[in-house]
Amino acid sequence: MTATDPARAVEAVWRIEAARLIAGLSRIVRDVGLAEELAQDALVIALEQWPASGVPENPGAWLMATAKHRAIDLVRRRATYERKLAELGRELRETEEPDLDAALDDHIGDDLLRLIFTACHPVLSQEGRVALTLRVLGGLTTDEIARAFLVPEATVAQRILRAKRALAGAGVPFELPPPGELAARLDSVLEVIYLVFNEGYSATAGDDWMRPSLCEEALRLGRILAGLMPGAAEVHGILALMEIQASRLGARTGPQGEPVLLLDQDRRRWDRLLIRRGLAALDKAEALGGGPYTIQAAIAACHARATRPEDTDWARIAALYQVLAYVSPSPVVELNRAVAVGMASGAAAGLAIVDALRAERALGGYPQLPAVRGDLLAKLGRADEARQEFERAAALTQNERERSLFLDRAAACVS
Amino acid sequence: MRYLILLTAAQSPSNPPPELMDAIMKLGAEATDAGALLDTAGLAPSAAGARVTLAGGRLSVTDGPFAEAKEMISYALYQVRSKEEAVEWASRFLKLHRDLWPGWEGTADVLQVFA
Repeated sequence: MTATDPARAVEAVWRIEAARLIAGLSRIVRDVGLAEELAQDALVIALEQWPASGVPENPGAWLMATAKHRAIDLVRRRATYERKLAELGRELRETEEPDLDAALDDHIGDDLLRLIFTACHPVLSQEGRVALTLRVLGGLTTDEIARAFLVPEATVAQRILRAKRALAGAGVPFELPPPGELAARLDSVLEVIYLVFNEGYSATAGDDWMRPSLCEEALRLGRILAGLMPGAAEVHGILALMEIQASRLGARTGPQGEPVLLLDQDRRRWDRLLIRRGLAALDKAEALGGGPYTIQAAIAACHARATRPEDTDWARIAALYQVLAYVSPSPVVELNRAVAVGMASGAAAGLAIVDALRAERALGGYPQLPAVRGDLLAKLGRADEARQEFERAAALTQNERERSLFLDRAAACVS
Repeated sequence: MRYLILLTAAQSPSNPPPELMDAIMKLGAEATDAGALLDTAGLAPSAAGARVTLAGGRLSVTDGPFAEAKEMISYALYQVRSKEEAVEWASRFLKLHRDLWPGWEGTADVLQVFA
């Protein structure tokens, strides 16, 4: 009488439970790689049994109990896990209480947080961190991760395998970072989350749907983290930034998949719910102190609050970029500040900042530098110079759609 | 993918047991912490609402309660990866009612939101 495909129902439970399951198992076996394999084994058994027997009353506890039994089997078979057998036996005796759920619930928050910090551990390559995080926290399959990142499945499988080995090899404990390392380790976690988000955000029309869904995965991770670390300003900051950026997803491409710039977007298509959530997260972040992500979210919020482009508080955006340039200096930030200053105080003021940046080597091949300069020159009526800058931008960009956007701008420059 | 889950049930003469409300709060917190639940709220009985109808080219406004035996009880907006995931959350929600409010019957409609 059930309308849904049983295998898909199992998959749905897996999506909900995978992270907590792997986190709980990691606490017991003290090895994220092994915990992930055990959880996968339990999933395979569920896929065999549930279609016939139905989804159990408490699927999370069922998967956990099954994985624990697998753990015992595995340990018996593999002599290399002898040491773990001792640990596991002890741990199982301790936790084999009638109320398994309650025992798990008590730890689950800490375990999840440990899992996040372990999967994003600095001993891992960035690619390894991203793949492992999506695998153990997002419950994504290797194939899904591969499709999202436009790489072969074998590559992702290799990255995950290497990451698991690196964790085991480095003897990374399944623990929260010590207080002295917390800030740096949190940076590593936030970097992974934002990287996943941006990968999804840069997806274009025609890409596999897994790619844009990376934005949702990153948002989900951010929301989980905000629940686990309610006192961490930058966690709310990055969440606010992602919620507000994601609110524009439906408006930032045109009917043919061409990019639509922020000021040209149809703001009625912005997702008000995500904006509301983003502004609420921003309030929390600012109350807690903030940091670079929070400042970027505050900038995004200036746009989100403006009903029409002409309502944008450019002076505030320029001031926020100044703060951002102070806490996290970069020529790209400075270029964005030039745009805001150009809007707030006139194109000449913006151009002065851009001209100061032209000597910056890091921006040598960056198409946005000539594009911004061209825009400011055009506003000042210096059409010939503006056209040259847009042509330069078109020559530098690797993105076809962006190139045609720049060439259109160049063609529109008539003196 | 976004899903709106609408709970409908027959009008109940009694208030829901406090244990059920606690369990609902706990499940809601769990779904929020999992990054899945975006928004949820209970709905006042239709006696407090109104209905605007267009029929035969004419608009009419009728105050509640509506004639139907069933009332809309609450809504929840989920961000999930599949319909099955939304169905799983809705099932967990109804199981709480089954376990903590004997005799209660109702329906959770799981509707995909275009977004």
